[in-house]
Amino acid sequence: MKYVDEYRDPRKARLLSVAIRKAVTRPWTIMEVCGGQTHSIVKYGIDGLLPSELELVHGPGCPVCVTPLELIDRAHAIAARPDVVFCSFGDMLRVPGSHSDLFQLKSRGADVRVVYSPLDAVKLAEAEPAKKVVFFAIGFETTAPPNAMAVWLARQKGVTNFSVLVSQVLVPPALTAILESPDNRVQAFLGPGHVCTVMGSADYEPIARRYRVPIVIAGFEPLDLLEGILLAVRQLEAGEARVENQYSRVARSEGNPQSQNLMAEVFEVCDRKWRGVGVIPRSGLRLRAEYQQLDAERLFEVGGIEANEPPECISGQVLRGIRKPHDCPAFGSQCTPSSPLGATMVSSEGACAAYYLYGRHVNREGAGR
Amino acid sequence: MKLACPAPLWRHDRVVLGHGSGGKLSAELLRDVFLPALGNEILDRMEDQATCTLQGLGGGARIALTTDAFVVRPLFFPGGDIGKLAIHGTVNDLAVGGAEPKLITAAFILEEGLALADLERIARSMRVACDEAGVQLVAGDTKVVDRGKADGVFITTAGVGLVPAGRSLSISAARPGDRVLVSGTLGDHGIAIMSVREGLEFETVLQSDTASLAGLTRVMLSACPSIRCMRDPTRGGLASALNEMATASGVGIELREADIPLEAAVKSACELLGLDPLYVACEGRLVCAVPARDSERCLAAMREHPLGRRAADIGAVCEEHPGVVTAKTVVGGERVVSMLAGEQLPRIC
Repeated sequence: MKYVDEYRDPRKARLLSVAIRKAVTRPWTIMEVCGGQTHSIVKYGIDGLLPSELELVHGPGCPVCVTPLELIDRAHAIAARPDVVFCSFGDMLRVPGSHSDLFQLKSRGADVRVVYSPLDAVKLAEAEPAKKVVFFAIGFETTAPPNAMAVWLARQKGVTNFSVLVSQVLVPPALTAILESPDNRVQAFLGPGHVCTVMGSADYEPIARRYRVPIVIAGFEPLDLLEGILLAVRQLEAGEARVENQYSRVARSEGNPQSQNLMAEVFEVCDRKWRGVGVIPRSGLRLRAEYQQLDAERLFEVGGIEANEPPECISGQVLRGIRKPHDCPAFGSQCTPSSPLGATMVSSEGACAAYYLYGRHVNREGAGR
Repeated sequence: MKLACPAPLWRHDRVVLGHGSGGKLSAELLRDVFLPALGNEILDRMEDQATCTLQGLGGGARIALTTDAFVVRPLFFPGGDIGKLAIHGTVNDLAVGGAEPKLITAAFILEEGLALADLERIARSMRVACDEAGVQLVAGDTKVVDRGKADGVFITTAGVGLVPAGRSLSISAARPGDRVLVSGTLGDHGIAIMSVREGLEFETVLQSDTASLAGLTRVMLSACPSIRCMRDPTRGGLASALNEMATASGVGIELREADIPLEAAVKSACELLGLDPLYVACEGRLVCAVPARDSERCLAAMREHPLGRRAADIGAVCEEHPGVVTAKTVVGGERVVSMLAGEQLPRIC
């Protein structure tokens, strides 16, 4: 397949793997920020191609995983109403709230639908004017522009039965929170290639300078990741700490100004709670005052629903790269993608789910599952 | 610090869509509901078809019996329709057990308001599929339910075939050293269905691979009677079929990802939708385990048949990691190919 197979070339992968081995002289810990990167690393067995000195830890860049429990409970409260059609990206359906998940609500009669684009939810609202159509607007800077577009379009068209439940988060404040944490182990980042495609790389410069940490903006294919790791190792070994762009075929330093303008039109920056991590200042987006009539949290008065994350759950530590999925005794036994206990097991981008899906729970010497 | 994840662990108290995915939840439904209530020596083997001897049946032949239900949406899709799919699915469950398909029955659950022209089209298509596969549809039933209580047409079939004397294929018969062969590209049916679903508008219209495998299995078994087992990777795809084989046979399976045949359009669609083609359904493909010494002959016979032109050797059965399927990835890494956990595509067969 064009533009994909080139980045999965086994010969080039071997060459990069050799170059990484040559460049490494001592142990380093590198965090890949995106869930999509984690998924590729485990799917292609990329960590198996690296020297033992290098440790990859998995970052917080899985939108489903970081959506806080109370927001999921609020979504469930809205979805359970008989007058509501609740639309969501497919990944969100299996995420356990305090009591249930959207699949189970659906089996009890709730009208829950998977959409591939938030604009499909707007279309649905136009087609079913008697229903209240709610879209669960979650994600990072990558989903923010299409979600903003849906909100903007609904207002332009005067679609009054459409609203959004917003849980948008931003990457740079999360990186700062990881680096500020006293138990931080991360020495370099593979930066979020698609987030930077939208936002550009300027926000990462002060982080690299202030914390003396290399940030290599990287793609998602095997060769992208291997090359990103090589660039990060070279910086670490040379004592450098710069923002470097491995993913230049897609991400430009200025990002995508049209998307940024649309986001700024609809959303404003706010404090946000991250599941398993806690409140990070100025790390999220909410609807601007002019768009509040499209705010599902306000319309359905669910803002008061609170939930407490059990303090012992380790998914927060997995999201910050302090622990690995198999450090948890429930991993792969009580906790599996078909009955997930924590958010990192639910989304296909979650580190626990990626480890499980690609068999990291299996005793390879035998005995099986 | 306690390292357990303390969130509540609930058992499903209602059926969810994932129970129909052909993956782990489907297996749980069998394990927790059906087998405890209905299990017996034949059902417990969990083959695609039951084979047994009947008193009075001469010559050492055994009878093969299967049943299947079809709820695909949309009823008509590129390359097929629910009627054709029902015949092919039933025939294939018999054929991969080494049986010659003979008789089929079909029960139709019709939704009030279904266009009769559609029903006629489906019936004609079933007739063509029966004639092609050399089976006779010999009994049927029709029920009509209120509008909204079904989705157009649901079809339930039963199929009867004969396994010739001396032939015995079983999901538990794979042995270390065997080669693993597939008859063609994977995932065409699942992606074809998905591409005509609302909201997905692909430029290329991909055809479903739905086909009767009886001709292909006949050719294969005559060229290579030593074939240990065959499966048609329907719901849950190749990954589920091979996991079932590895578990039932108590062996490991090692795949080479680069050798697995995929249609370019399927590969692209899977990239776009975040699906793994190893889990996407086929309706006219089979995977088999064959002793290494006979695998070249088997492969050659497959490639001579129109349904096996893109047949390929995709890996081997091994002694290590019993019950586990692994894959050498395209960049030289390794991964485990596990059972499908939840649902990947709803209502595709």
